[in-house]
Amino acid sequence: METIVSDSMVQNTNQLEGRAVPEKTLGDIQVDNPRMTARNVNVFYGEKKAIDNISLDIGVSQVISFIGPSGCGKSTFLRCLNRMNDTIDICKVDGEIKIDHQNIYDSAIDVVSLRARVGMVFQKPNPFPKSIFDNIAYGPRIHGLAASKVELDQIVESSLQRAGLWEEVKDRLDQPGTGLSGGQQQRLCIARAIAVSPEVILMDEPCSALDPIATAKVEELIHELREQYTIVIVTHSMQQAARVSDRTAYFHLGKLVEVGDTKQVFTNPKHELTQDYITGRFG
Amino acid sequence: MNDLNDDFFRHISSEFNEELEALRRSLLEMGGLVEEQLRAALQFYSTQDSSLLSKTDEIEKKINAAEIDLDEQVEALIVRRQPIASDLRLVLAVSKIVRDLERMGDELDKVGSLSLECFTSGSDVGVTEIQRIAEQVAKMLNESLNAFARLDLDLAREIFRREREVDKVYQSALRALATFMIEDPRNIGRVLNIVWIARSLERVGDHATNIAEYVIYLVQGVDVRHPGVNQNSFE
Repeated sequence: METIVSDSMVQNTNQLEGRAVPEKTLGDIQVDNPRMTARNVNVFYGEKKAIDNISLDIGVSQVISFIGPSGCGKSTFLRCLNRMNDTIDICKVDGEIKIDHQNIYDSAIDVVSLRARVGMVFQKPNPFPKSIFDNIAYGPRIHGLAASKVELDQIVESSLQRAGLWEEVKDRLDQPGTGLSGGQQQRLCIARAIAVSPEVILMDEPCSALDPIATAKVEELIHELREQYTIVIVTHSMQQAARVSDRTAYFHLGKLVEVGDTKQVFTNPKHELTQDYITGRFG
Repeated sequence: MNDLNDDFFRHISSEFNEELEALRRSLLEMGGLVEEQLRAALQFYSTQDSSLLSKTDEIEKKINAAEIDLDEQVEALIVRRQPIASDLRLVLAVSKIVRDLERMGDELDKVGSLSLECFTSGSDVGVTEIQRIAEQVAKMLNESLNAFARLDLDLAREIFRREREVDKVYQSALRALATFMIEDPRNIGRVLNIVWIARSLERVGDHATNIAEYVIYLVQGVDVRHPGVNQNSFE
């Protein structure tokens, strides 16, 4: 597993201090058909407040992108959505996050199955040091999703197909996943997330290590997956956010400054911080 | 929001700031050429000084060259910078305003050649009418360029009011000119030319109104064109 907390997330970016951040998020935090709802979420790393009172709905079959400068809390908030922050000792989350009306921080919730429902794809492709087949089969096996070898084969094939990777790897399923190209590895990781039939897929800068062609393939995949899954993507590429997402949320110093339809945010943002960030005006 | 006028030049990339500044400056220079052409065309109409006709031709060529140059700047900005938010609105607005300015140039070119045809008789029929329209249209053009330069919404809205004024003056000029034609059918050919001149000037006013609409889009991000099909429209 890659490092969960980078320095930039804990430290404040000094250059951004002193800018007025609104108390209340601009734009509509609610959607008609939410898959997940977050209300008044605060996250602390020790004494340091990394997320300050964020409320946001994430809609069914919708792609929402989280944008903002380094250290703004977007990845921290993303990691709250499947309790990845639990793995950090000093991290404390309060507030309420629900998936299908069920509180994910409820003590009755099994975190492992939550992470199957809310899958995650990381910045750096991180296939297991196993065969392509086993990379995909791993999740279904531990969650007991396949009753037979035939069923497991089907899951592996359909996951790879949905991730647009089947044709490229079908003749070498027994070869190591780490032998694939960067873009193929990332799609393998997406196939691995899909294999356990998640409802939500969280993507933390999924294309930042990929070249434009591999990026285009992942974006095409996001476009195809949006029908079936809810996708939350953290990205540093404004153009990527504009291309792939239905809604865009702008984070700044731990607060959610603005959320809205992607077209509105990119043509006529409501808050000057959003405007300054997306147009490259932070000095 | 910050004052947009300062805001365009606060990018981290100073080169981007310079490119946007150059775009704005070029558009205002093109607007200045159209103003110059309006003055020359009207002067030609009233003085019949034929040296002015070659001047309007010359300005027309400069306006066309400015259109090509601005289109290239817009294209380069889109390719190199992928402008968004207010930067996108500036680039789009400029790209639209360029078209309107170029069309104004065409209309004014027409005013020049139609004026030439009017000079065959020495009568001063229509002079007052044309002058009244021209005064208003010159103000509209000037105000629309100022509204763009200063991103001034009040001034942009003032242009809509002035457009209605020009419409009235234009209608009354048409009635007066029709009377001349009725009084003496020998006037018809010549008066018709004056009608076309009035028509061209009125079109210049319409283009100035379009510029005002783009200024509102640029500043506020709302599209106020086409009342009836557009919920944002004022009317």
